[in-house]
Amino acid sequence: MRRHAPRRRKAIRGLDRQTRTLVSQAQMARPLPRAVYWVVFWTLIVLFALVFLFPLYWMLSGGLKSAQEIIRTPPTIVPGAVEAGNYGAAWRDADLGRLILNTAVYAFGALGFQLVFDVAAAYSLSTLRPVFGRTVLFAMLATLMIPTTVIALPAYLTANNLPFLHWSLLNSPWAIWLPSVANAFNIFLLKRFFDSIPTELLAAAAIDGAGPLRTLRSVILPISRPILGVVSIFAVIGVWKDLLWPLLVLPDTSKQTVNVGLRQLSVGLPENVLIAALAIASVPTIVVFLIFQRNIMSGLTAGAVKG
Amino acid sequence: MATINLAPATARDARAAARPRPQRAPLGRRVRRNATAYLFLAGAVLCFAVFSWYPMIREVIMSFQYTNFAGNTRWVGLSNYRHVLADPDFWSAWRTTGLFTLFALGFGYAVPFFTAVVVNELRHVRSYFRLLVYLPVMMPPVAAAFLWRWFYTPDDTGLFNAVLHALHLPSVQWLQSSHLLAVLCLVLFSTWINMGGTVLIYLAALQGIAGELYEAAELDGAGILRRVWHITVPQTRLILSLTLLLQIIGTMQVFLEPYVITGASNDTTTVVYLIYQYAFNFNNYGSASALGVILLLVLVGFAGGYLWLGRRLGEEE
Repeated sequence: MRRHAPRRRKAIRGLDRQTRTLVSQAQMARPLPRAVYWVVFWTLIVLFALVFLFPLYWMLSGGLKSAQEIIRTPPTIVPGAVEAGNYGAAWRDADLGRLILNTAVYAFGALGFQLVFDVAAAYSLSTLRPVFGRTVLFAMLATLMIPTTVIALPAYLTANNLPFLHWSLLNSPWAIWLPSVANAFNIFLLKRFFDSIPTELLAAAAIDGAGPLRTLRSVILPISRPILGVVSIFAVIGVWKDLLWPLLVLPDTSKQTVNVGLRQLSVGLPENVLIAALAIASVPTIVVFLIFQRNIMSGLTAGAVKG
Repeated sequence: MATINLAPATARDARAAARPRPQRAPLGRRVRRNATAYLFLAGAVLCFAVFSWYPMIREVIMSFQYTNFAGNTRWVGLSNYRHVLADPDFWSAWRTTGLFTLFALGFGYAVPFFTAVVVNELRHVRSYFRLLVYLPVMMPPVAAAFLWRWFYTPDDTGLFNAVLHALHLPSVQWLQSSHLLAVLCLVLFSTWINMGGTVLIYLAALQGIAGELYEAAELDGAGILRRVWHITVPQTRLILSLTLLLQIIGTMQVFLEPYVITGASNDTTTVVYLIYQYAFNFNNYGSASALGVILLLVLVGFAGGYLWLGRRLGEEE
């Protein structure tokens, strides 16, 4: 709401640019279609609020209700006696601070590893083009057909006892970080973007005596910011939303992620405290999303359409 | 998010191959260049090898083996497969997964598309709609799943039954009544939390349709529905068919919804959940692997059918 003014300006600018869609502007200008438009418009505004905002309100307000009030029929829409203590109890009993911190460490670590290894791999496949490069790319893309859930068991056994080294990665962040690098989709997005970089630019860098690392750092990365943004979003969201893999490789309660921890703690918590815990657990990502929503949205759509 | 369009990449490779090869660089330099290239590749390739390629092979091997607690293995031929196929839970899990996929296609596939088509017609505050539809995507899915389990509470304290109550309708035992309704409830949740991504993709695709096409159709007397069917759908066909494939593959792997919301009650165990149960509740790695291989074959079958169909349709044009 704070940023109402600029958003509005953008909507109007968008209107000028807008090409004709399903219903033409001329048709829309006539009285009856105009009335229909406004009816549809306000119906949708309310409908979207009901479907997507109301559940969140219900969660936030449910977390404020007392143990008796939360099982009252019919439920109260506005909490009668506000029990803010639920949130404190949820924070304490569910150890949410630790869960959120853990997840953040896993997510941003995974992001770092992907930015280093996946960018390097995509660069190599796109520009350096080694022998058998296409075979490697094909083997990577083939894993898109092999969903992680299907190979979760052998991957878990492998993480528990690494080949040759016989180390166990269980309960360590490496168990999240390293498998996250095997992300064929992000490598594919990066490679496709690198492919679109004019070869003249790379040739110029080579003539100036830049080696591969220097070219990557000083030429390619600066112009690849949009795709790096998209890949970063995918990397972080991927870890933040995963359930099965962290459930397997992080059995230790103190190492768990938000998803796994919530599921395991849900048994012991009273209903209203659990709801408060859900609300707290949802806050970090939603707040980050609301702050960066313009960048995230444009990044996502650009990544989806153009890659 | 995935628009896996290999065409530009392969076209580029084809062009590179067609170009007359420049004179070959001396061997030493070629070796050095390849060594550098593989140095850049090493990290990712190693991670793929350890966490993707090797587990893949190991899954197939394990499906023909028996492993006991001490880690001793012996070959057992097809007995794991026979055990899985004879398990009544196997068919029940496939029935649930199939139903889930079917509902997800009928409901979860159509709703985002029509939402995008309608929102694209709106002339005001479009960012409001885009923002709201994407909010659930940003929630930790387990938190959202618990929230919905609470909405589905069978007595009148649950939100949905409270709404029915307010409308003087009888309350419904959402997750506890019939298998069909329970699966439908899971699909409803799944659509709610996942549709944001697809709506954004469709909105972006709709922006790319040339206005002249609608203009021409309108001059030819086509109404709104016919314009949607004859212009909008064909123009977004590529994206639509891709999201269809991804959705089928995604919904066939559904795990979180039954694991968190129904906890496998009411026969809502899905295939991946059954794999999980075999492996970690019964320590039956062989059967878990065999079921994994079966699921994999089905998924590869879908993807292969998709590619084959795409090629067939491409040839016809």
